[in-house]
Amino acid sequence: MSKEPVAVVGIGQTKHVAARRDVSVAGLVREAACRALDDAELTWADIDAVVIGKAPDFFEGVMMPELYLADALGAVGKPMLRVHTAGSVGGSTALVAAGLVAARVHGTVLTLAFEKQSESNAMWGLSLPIPFQQPLLAGAGGFFAPHVRAYMRRSGAPDTVGSLVAYKDRRNALKNPYAHLHEHDITLEKVQASPMLWDPIRYSETCPSSDGACAMILTDRAGAARAPRPPAWMLGGAMRSEPTLFAGKDAVSPQAGRDCAADVYRQAGIADPRREIDAVEMYVPFSWYEPMWLENLGFADEGEGWKLTESGVTELDGDLPVNMSGGVLSTNPIGASGMIRFAEAALQARGQAGEHQVERAGKVLGHAYGGGSQFFSMWLVGARPPES
Amino acid sequence: MPEVLKAPLVVEFPFTRSLGPVQSAFLTGLRERVVLGVRTTDGRTLVPPVEYDPVTADELRDLVEVAPTGTVTTWAWNHAPRRGQPLDTPFAWVLVRLDGADTALLHALDVPGPDAVRTGARVRIRWAAERSGAITDIACFEPYDGEPVRPGGSTGEFADPVTGIVAAARLDYTYTPGRAQTAYLDALAEHRAVGERCPSCRKVYVPPRGACPTCGVATTERVEVGPGGTVTTFCIVNIKAKNLDIEVPYVYAHIALDGADLALHGRIGGIPYDQVRMGLRVEPVWTPGARHPDHYRPTGEPDADYDTYKELL
Repeated sequence: MSKEPVAVVGIGQTKHVAARRDVSVAGLVREAACRALDDAELTWADIDAVVIGKAPDFFEGVMMPELYLADALGAVGKPMLRVHTAGSVGGSTALVAAGLVAARVHGTVLTLAFEKQSESNAMWGLSLPIPFQQPLLAGAGGFFAPHVRAYMRRSGAPDTVGSLVAYKDRRNALKNPYAHLHEHDITLEKVQASPMLWDPIRYSETCPSSDGACAMILTDRAGAARAPRPPAWMLGGAMRSEPTLFAGKDAVSPQAGRDCAADVYRQAGIADPRREIDAVEMYVPFSWYEPMWLENLGFADEGEGWKLTESGVTELDGDLPVNMSGGVLSTNPIGASGMIRFAEAALQARGQAGEHQVERAGKVLGHAYGGGSQFFSMWLVGARPPES
Repeated sequence: MPEVLKAPLVVEFPFTRSLGPVQSAFLTGLRERVVLGVRTTDGRTLVPPVEYDPVTADELRDLVEVAPTGTVTTWAWNHAPRRGQPLDTPFAWVLVRLDGADTALLHALDVPGPDAVRTGARVRIRWAAERSGAITDIACFEPYDGEPVRPGGSTGEFADPVTGIVAAARLDYTYTPGRAQTAYLDALAEHRAVGERCPSCRKVYVPPRGACPTCGVATTERVEVGPGGTVTTFCIVNIKAKNLDIEVPYVYAHIALDGADLALHGRIGGIPYDQVRMGLRVEPVWTPGARHPDHYRPTGEPDADYDTYKELL
């Protein structure tokens, strides 16, 4: 028996900001969930199960928050699952929810991911003082900056590329009302003049710390037929993982990322992602990860990804727009960031992305990664249902 | 087998909580010696109040005051109170259904012993002398044999409401780095870097983990590596990290010790930060009493060829 096609019929986000002091965590997730229900014109009674994700519990200090959030998400008396795969969790949460629909376990599933970074300090949560170990000497950006230098060495990319990505994403964010950073006076010169925090990573080339939530309603064919607005259809989805550090790890282009993308393309019948995929929402917390992931995801040959960025291919009006929403560089509620990528890909496929809608969005990739390039999750969504 | 190391690990953080409208009113009420519940769609009163109906998922905002007196619905004796608990002498954990409420609140009951508490016992709130808008504004419950106290008519409107609290959390662990790390640390004490080789893929891990992360087999064969190594990649840190007493800028590098198949991380010194490069040959610099090398400095050897370390970035 073939899988049930999975449709995205409702999407909701909060306006992402540095600190939502006006709401509890429950109030935050509720807001995104209600917007997704409204978008789908459904009520709590229409939801068969809830799948929720967030990054490590230390990020808010609420252990097993899904227990406390069951009331806010109408999950009492229904199955409720919590997913955790570090920064990629928003993506893998959506895929777990999609699996429940594809397997015909449930007809309609609410999936949601969140982070309220203002309640804690993510850097603290990631660098506990483990006895006997040498403390991490460099902070989050310092962990990734040497990989960026390795990419530059391998690809020969000029050191100007990182600023181009940041300038593009921050301008795209101006067209997205939900994005955290709205830098109306952004210029390329300002990005280039921002301080080098972890050389080769500048301040303006790093992501903010945000409070926010993102929710989607996933449903089967019958649910899609009842939907008030065009659905996005899942054409392929996959997760892969590998250790954070191991002998032979390619931190610039991790094998797990390549394998994950290949699996998605196989499911969706994609032979040439550069030609057949119209736009990408990828997880870029530091600007240089755009060219790195373009290669890892097969949109460019090894060492060539930066040329797509430099030549404007990844601009909103380019041939392969990347991070039309402004991306993680403009909005980073960590646990939600992966789901925002997946949801923004679906918004594009539905033609519902508003000012940051791209003209051609027949097939759009949503991508997330987390840990030290340890977890990968991706889905490809389209305007038309998969051919069976 | 040598003794395996262990040490205390304390994880603590002052988490902040944005309360939202319902918890804000509830905690502000406690500050004013008022206990608030919330009315559900089907007319029940939940104390403590919640933001969303556990049955219908409706948003709940209809706050009602309940009495400071109530009835014990069940209890458990706590014979040895721990740090941070409401009382420092033995007490009963009680669930109390306050008069006017349909659900029970968890708190402490101050009685001399387990014989003095029973399900059905009448109790009342003992307010803390100093109140700030926290559950600890209720110091505890105490036995009460008077008439039920009529609740006031508060609906949760207060001047200067509490909108956020700090919830300090602390976890106490005993951490042990395990056999492989202990052996590594013992060797470090003699300024030697000793890793372990995987019997399957032959890769040498420094520090060793006791198992190979790719082959999934135990590693036992000890291999001394270094002391020299190669900077495979790096960044220049220009911002001061909290709790780190290092002058910026400094170089944070991946260093492949000679003979190791995975780079470790360390600081580069003894050379201006802007002259550090991929391929630079370095060696550890020790300071007295330190468990790990303080930093790595150039050896003066010619730079390593990129092809010799490109798999170790």
